[in-house]
Amino acid sequence: MRDMRKYKYMVLRRSSQVSLLFLFIAGNILGWNALRGNLSASIILGKIPLTDPFALLQIFATGNMISAEALEGALIVTVLFGLVCGRAFCSWVCPLNMVTDLANRLREKMKLDAENRNPFLSRKARYWVIGISLVLSFATGVAAFEWISPISMFHRGVIFGMGVGWTAVLAIFLFDLLIARNGFCGHLCPLGGFYSLITRFSLVRVRHYKEKCTQCMKCTDICPERQALPMVGKTSSMVVSGECTNCARCIEVCDDDAMRFGIRYVS
Amino acid sequence: MSRDERAEKMPERRRFLIGVVKGIGAAAVGGLVWNGFLDGKKAYPFVLRPPGAVTEEKFLAKCTKCGICVEACPYKALILARPGDERPVGTPYFAMRENPCRMCKDIPCAAACPTGALDLSLVSGKDEQGRTKPDINLARIGLAVIDRETCVAYWGIQCDACYRSCPVMDKAIKVEYLRNERTGKHALLAPIVHSEHCTGCGMCERACVTEKASIFVLPRHIAMGESSARYIKGWDSSDEQRMGELPEETKTITPRSQKNPLDYLNQGGF
Ligand code: SF4
Ligand code: SF4
Ligand code: SF4
Ligand code: SF4
Repeated sequence: MRDMRKYKYMVLRRSSQVSLLFLFIAGNILGWNALRGNLSASIILGKIPLTDPFALLQIFATGNMISAEALEGALIVTVLFGLVCGRAFCSWVCPLNMVTDLANRLREKMKLDAENRNPFLSRKARYWVIGISLVLSFATGVAAFEWISPISMFHRGVIFGMGVGWTAVLAIFLFDLLIARNGFCGHLCPLGGFYSLITRFSLVRVRHYKEKCTQCMKCTDICPERQALPMVGKTSSMVVSGECTNCARCIEVCDDDAMRFGIRYVS
Repeated sequence: MSRDERAEKMPERRRFLIGVVKGIGAAAVGGLVWNGFLDGKKAYPFVLRPPGAVTEEKFLAKCTKCGICVEACPYKALILARPGDERPVGTPYFAMRENPCRMCKDIPCAAACPTGALDLSLVSGKDEQGRTKPDINLARIGLAVIDRETCVAYWGIQCDACYRSCPVMDKAIKVEYLRNERTGKHALLAPIVHSEHCTGCGMCERACVTEKASIFVLPRHIAMGESSARYIKGWDSSDEQRMGELPEETKTITPRSQKNPLDYLNQGGF
């Protein structure tokens, strides 16, 4: 039997994603005050504002100023992820991650992944999408990605009513299942790309211990951002890439305890 | 040299450049499609925004689609546009016939907006002590418009459903006694909307007894005209200051317009 500890982080991540979603839904339907709004902007306990910093950047690009409250909210989020948790938004908060993880799982089960490569899609594409978002926001006067974002569409949909928004979610699911492995989150999503950019120097990191590693390479196989693990079996070091989502799948999959969470500059 | 060999010999820099050009190409194509999509989505002029909304253009830029205003409304009157609602997706709007604005005194929706897309100061006035406080009567969500052909009061049937439902009663809608030309001996009790008082709350639209409402709220920029400074209410001194807005020169010049219009009798111009 496989050790339940192998799923520790998976269980934690899903609980985090689901309970955040639940609190947002309860905010709208039951009137709970814990979390109001959605991932674009929200208020904790009626006091602490949170704002999606990438959405804010796009609003700036349209040439509009925004309230101090929204700015404060964006600052809190930027500090939280940028300096502390890394790109954990993607694997611990974003609801679309559950969809793309499921697509990924099925892709493995159905052995659609024999090639395992996305020759036509670059990992850098997301940074282009960020650029286009900002240029289009400037040109059209509306926050360009916010208007098509399947993440907000999904999250807003679950809380406030989905309409035909599920088609966008289905499209992402099929894209990841049939067309490209980790196609959306690992290549295209500008929000993920934005968090990759601002979390370069965050504290919480996965650390690799070369002396324990037996070079089975299970970790790079399971990693949705495998380019973040160039050191495996070669050197003992921290994962430094901002593209790592701190999902801890590599930690769970490693039978030799050669991967662990650590704090940068300390351990 | 075969094609493959040549490709292999291609210098690193060249390959890089081709990569960049391909990237720019893909970005341009994607950007254009995306841009077209945004253009289509912005073009919904018939949206009724919550009280205190800034101009629609600014609103579309500032609203982060967080739905906090929707949650703040105690009557659940606001809807956060779902894809397929034919409104800019994720932005708050009213469907007045189903659920109009109840004109809350403290305007919780506008007070809750974190981004300034709803600006409480736009719907605030001064109280007796000179303190700023929310005044929902300043809201201009839209303007109620009456279809006189289907409104049964204009047929001569007695109905004052809209008049009685209006929170700004006897100001935003007044009932006027008109002569019923058809019977020649009865009166019509005709509802008439006054734009200087109507907040566009939509209570009348919901109350209207006809199958499809004969009084309905439209965005003000659609419901209202605008007279130029060429037409002044000479009997209204406050209107006369608009005269300053007239451009100095008349643009259209014809042989007739060059003569002094005040002097046409003496000079026999016509
Ligand atoms: S990459 Fe984008 S969609 Fe994927 S988890 Fe991160 S924010 Fe969500
Ligand atoms: S004024 Fe009151 S009823 Fe009207 S939209 Fe705002 S919160 Fe709702
Ligand atoms: S609270 Fe403000 S930013 Fe949020 S949805 Fe309403 S208008 Fe938009
Ligand atoms: S919308 Fe109708 S009910 Fe509301 S203020 Fe105007 S006339 Fe009165």
